[in-house]
Amino acid sequence: MKQVQIIMGTPVIIEINDQEAREELFKEVFDYFKYVDQKFSTYKKDSEITAINDKKITKEEMSADMKLVFELSEETKKLTNGYFDIVTPNGSYDTSGLVKGWSIFNASKILKNRGVKNFSVEAGGDIQISGKNNKNEQWCVGIQNPFNKKREVVKKVYLDDNGIATSGNYVRGRHIYNPKDKNDYLEEIASLTVIGPNIFEADRFATAAFAMGKNGIYFIENLLGFEGYSIDKNGIATMTKGFDKYTKKHA
Amino acid sequence: MKKVFLSLTLFFSFAAYVLYVRILGASAPVVLTPEPNKTKTALSLPKYNTSTSSSKTKSTTSTPPVSTPPPPVVNTGKYKNGSYTGTVVDAYYGNVQVMTIISGGKVTDVQFLDYPQSRQTSIRINSRAMPYLTSEAIALQDSNVDTVSGASFTSAAFRESLSSALAQARI
Repeated sequence: MKQVQIIMGTPVIIEINDQEAREELFKEVFDYFKYVDQKFSTYKKDSEITAINDKKITKEEMSADMKLVFELSEETKKLTNGYFDIVTPNGSYDTSGLVKGWSIFNASKILKNRGVKNFSVEAGGDIQISGKNNKNEQWCVGIQNPFNKKREVVKKVYLDDNGIATSGNYVRGRHIYNPKDKNDYLEEIASLTVIGPNIFEADRFATAAFAMGKNGIYFIENLLGFEGYSIDKNGIATMTKGFDKYTKKHA
Repeated sequence: MKKVFLSLTLFFSFAAYVLYVRILGASAPVVLTPEPNKTKTALSLPKYNTSTSSSKTKSTTSTPPVSTPPPPVVNTGKYKNGSYTGTVVDAYYGNVQVMTIISGGKVTDVQFLDYPQSRQTSIRINSRAMPYLTSEAIALQDSNVDTVSGASFTSAAFRESLSSALAQARI
């Protein structure tokens, strides 16, 4: 059973393939995403992140979740040699590079705590997979063609309990910057997909690696437990050494 | 004994270097080294200049991974004669830069202008430690999947950049 809602400006898709896909499970997860959106959306005038950026709240006054997200952002910045940064070029905070993966991860924990085994939680192309798909087989996830708005697949991967995230720059404007070079428009790479142990990890490293341009895929190669598929502006894909194992369906 | 050891070391260093150069020759992202006879694989690339007609692109089934860099998207197999210098690529252990020679409209040679060689041991270290990753030209697959991961939209800036790159390669 699958349900979709537009939250955080993006389609949030929840699919539950357990026998007992109760309505309230969907509601609980969608409500969680609405809570996250209300807190972390820089587009909302009454969100906490907006209040922080408007200097109406000090760092000490931040909520526990906000403090945690700031801490995780700081940690990610260190792990990625500064390529991940929630401080935007104009000096304000934008936590969206971390919050999407983090909230999908938390949403999937809600389902797991409720005993759900076979599901996927997706927000804007970033996905947490668990268990089996609706045919009781391995989940098959397509990597989107970065050159077309339509849902075209250029690679298929088979996942069990993984997170998969793809970074790229959107037609609505750049949303990923190279924190080390503001004039770097990150045009060499069209998209970078990362598969990791969960969506929080996959998403934050996909975002950071995308900001590294051509070197991003090498960064992923050196990360234990992560695989990547990078597509450059000419349509040439480069993959990490272990990526191939995800392209085959196992029994 | 020392001499034998020294010459052996030299020999293996050279062998490692040759191997390194070969591997890099096959994997270094050289912008202007299209192999004209391979243009076909790249044509399965989606067309992104028009948003509606692109669905008629021949969607071939999966292309097997290729270890040589497939050519950029160009409709012609011919390139201007001359030598073209690729961009300097930071390979983590040093910079790599190549020059490609085109004659008769074909790539006839690729030369290394820069590669990590500051320390004697660096070549061997690099041939092992510098990740040699497989590349392939992307090709449309059937969309028989459970879900799709992607940054859904291409940017105007990207399109602009691509067409300028193509303009360089064309005659």
